[in-house]
Parts: sequence; structure tokens; C-alpha cells
Amino acid sequence: MSEDPVVKTVNPVKIYQNGDVPVPAVRGVDLQVEAGEFVAVMGPSGSGKSTLVHMLGGLDQRTSGEIWISGKRADTLSESKWALLRRRGVGFVFQFFNLIGNMTVADNVELPALLAGASPREARQRREFLLGELGLAARADDPPARLAGGEQQRVALARALAHEPSLLLADEPTGNLDTRNTRDVLRLLSQVHKKGQTIIMVTHDHRAASCADRVISLLDGQIVDDAPIPAARRGPRRNAGDVIELRG
Amino acid sequence: MHVIHSGNVTVNTQCDYAPVTEEMGVRLPLLALLAKEPAHGYELKQALEQTFGAAYPSPNIGQIYVTLGRLEKDGLIRAVAVEQSSRPNKKVYFLTQQGREALIAWADGPLEGPRLRDEFFMKLVLAPMTGIADRGALINRQTRHFLGLMRELHHLSETTSPDDRYAHLLIEGAMLHLQADLDWLERCREELT
Repeated sequence: MSEDPVVKTVNPVKIYQNGDVPVPAVRGVDLQVEAGEFVAVMGPSGSGKSTLVHMLGGLDQRTSGEIWISGKRADTLSESKWALLRRRGVGFVFQFFNLIGNMTVADNVELPALLAGASPREARQRREFLLGELGLAARADDPPARLAGGEQQRVALARALAHEPSLLLADEPTGNLDTRNTRDVLRLLSQVHKKGQTIIMVTHDHRAASCADRVISLLDGQIVDDAPIPAARRGPRRNAGDVIELRG
Repeated sequence: MHVIHSGNVTVNTQCDYAPVTEEMGVRLPLLALLAKEPAHGYELKQALEQTFGAAYPSPNIGQIYVTLGRLEKDGLIRAVAVEQSSRPNKKVYFLTQQGREALIAWADGPLEGPRLRDEFFMKLVLAPMTGIADRGALINRQTRHFLGLMRELHHLSETTSPDDRYAHLLIEGAMLHLQADLDWLERCREELT
């Protein structure tokens, strides 16, 4: 393993063309993410946060600037080279899940692992672990269409993690989920993060963001804050009762 | 201190979860328990713990006796001494009519909505005028602090038994309040910086 940062950007700019009007979505976001970091990217809608991770995953071409993934220049790659990079090293989970409809849930999850070179046995074990963690073991043989939206979202997360990517990009991974499903997704993210998974997650949900250990706030395509979240304090054992104050 | 009031339950989003089970905080729960059946002090302490699980900043027995004394003085409860064969008499408390009315008035009354007692808002408005602080920096600092609190609540949620539903609902409520505060900070940033 090299000690290069997993992600490094140098003044990346993305300008969309809206008719004759250029619309800058990202305006020079210098960013460095080290291996093992869990970074949340926040900001109001239109702040450029989704565009930023799409560029990091090669799904959006940058207008100018540089993007480096694990020490390799990525923004100059061709589409097919990007696809190869994603297959090997980047997992992507979106708000909309794009599961393959005519394959079972299990096959959807195992596929990326197999494409990345895992043996069928490894792929199956990884799939069983991930679906188990997300409470979906019983749905393994179903087609995705038979699952509820929240379940499909969790399958998409399992798929993104199947090949143990060195970088997980997540765009609003809890966007459509209810409280319980959100909790399952966040628990899994925290768990793989503890095992060293690097994660960049775009979210507007502060509860989700607080699982990260660093939060980057964007506004109008620029970083307005980039700071670690203060660690939970150790100290005397607390319980839920300490959260409230009862008055007569 | 940043405290959000919701009727008689106050969600304390500040770090220093001070044990705030003062006498007043124990009054209504005790009245409610006595409305169910007469009980002595130690039984009441156990019933509180059983009812609320981790969702109650468990009071010590001393606090409970002090509160029972005051409720008795206020005419809301009364005590009778029950003889015990080999030990001193024990006091069994029961609810008076006046106590029942007080409890019903509390249960029927509407609660004030959550209210922000927000010192931060004052800072945000006043600080730039005086030139002592930058708004963006103020918002950043407050946001980080709230995210830290949110993280603590997450931690709390993970370490609280899944069976303790009241505790989880309480934590979730605190998180949602904090979420609203953070969303509002984001709005402040959009509008003011």
C-alpha cells in the first residue's frame, strides 16, 4: 500500500452549461482525504456537493483542475479506464439505486466482487456478511423489484461495499430511508469504517453526518468549513436519562 | 446553557448533562405513580426505574423522601404508618383528591412547543456589529459543537439496550431537535455570510 491520500483534488472546477449561461457548480474545492477517513460533505442543495462526489467517481467530467485517486491522476482517464478504476477501487452508492432487475439480490451484490477478481466463495461470504448486517439475508433470492425502496437502498449499499473498495462514495445514502433503515445503513457504514474503509458521504442529514469523523461544508461550490467532529467524550457512564431534565 | 423546553421535559443538548433531578423534577412522576396505587418511598424509586428504564435520570432515595415530604405538606398526598413486625413502621403514601386534581390538570394542559432559548442568535446578530467576531466563524464553531453533541447522542443510542424503547425515543427526540438547530445554522450561513 502506498501512503498517497485516497483522494486529492487540485482546484477542480465544474461549470454546467445552461443554454448560453454557464453555471458554476464547483469552484475550486481543494480536498485531501487520507486512507481510513470517514468524511461527510454537507451543504444546502445547489452547493455542489453531489457534483463534487460525482467528479471524484468519474461520473461527471471536471471542467478544469486535477483529481487524484490513490496517487494516480484520474481526471484525464478515458471513460473505460474510469470504469476499470471504479471496478477495482471505488464503490458508489446513490440515492437511486440502479439495481439490475433480472438478477437476484444476492447476484447483484456478488457481481462487483466477482468483477474485481474475488473467487465465487469469497464473493458469497462477503455478500452473506453484508446482507446479514443490513437485515436482508432473507431477501437474497428475490429480484430487486420485490423489495421495498428502503430495502433496495440497502442492497445498493451492500453492492457498493462488495468488492471492498479502497474508497466508498455515497451520495445521500440515507436519502429515502425511514428512521430504522437509516440506522441500519449508518451502523454498517460505521462498522466498515472501523475496519478501515475510507468513506466520502454526501448528505443533508446531520444525524448521518455525525457518524463521520470530519465534516466539509460547501456553499456555492466552495468549502466554507472543513473540520473534525469533536470525539464523543469519555467519562462517567451516561445514559439516556442524562439527556433530559425533568421539571415539575 | 442551550436548553430546549418542551413543556415539563427539557431536552438538554448541552454537553454538561448535569444531573438535574431536583425536587421539582420528581413531583409529577411520583404523583402519577401514587395515582396507580399507594406505595412507600423505596417502592416508588423502583417503580420509577422500571417505568422509564434508562430514560430517567434516576433520583436517589433521599430526593424521593424530600419530595414526598413536600407533596404531603402541599396536601397533594398523605401518609399512613404501617406497622411492621420486626422493623420500624413504614410510611405508605397515597394520593389525595387535591393531588389527583393537580395530576389531571397537568395531564390535560397543553404543553408549550419547543422553544429556543438562543444565546447564539444574539451573538450572531450582535457580534459583527461590534467587530469582535466573524459570522462565518461563529456559525462554523457552533455547527461543529452541535455535530459533536449529535455524535454523543449516536454513541448513547448505540450503547442503550434496544429493548429500552422509551430511552430510544427520548434520544431520537433530542437528535431531531439538534438536527433542526443544525439545519437552521445552515440557513443562517446561506442568508448571512
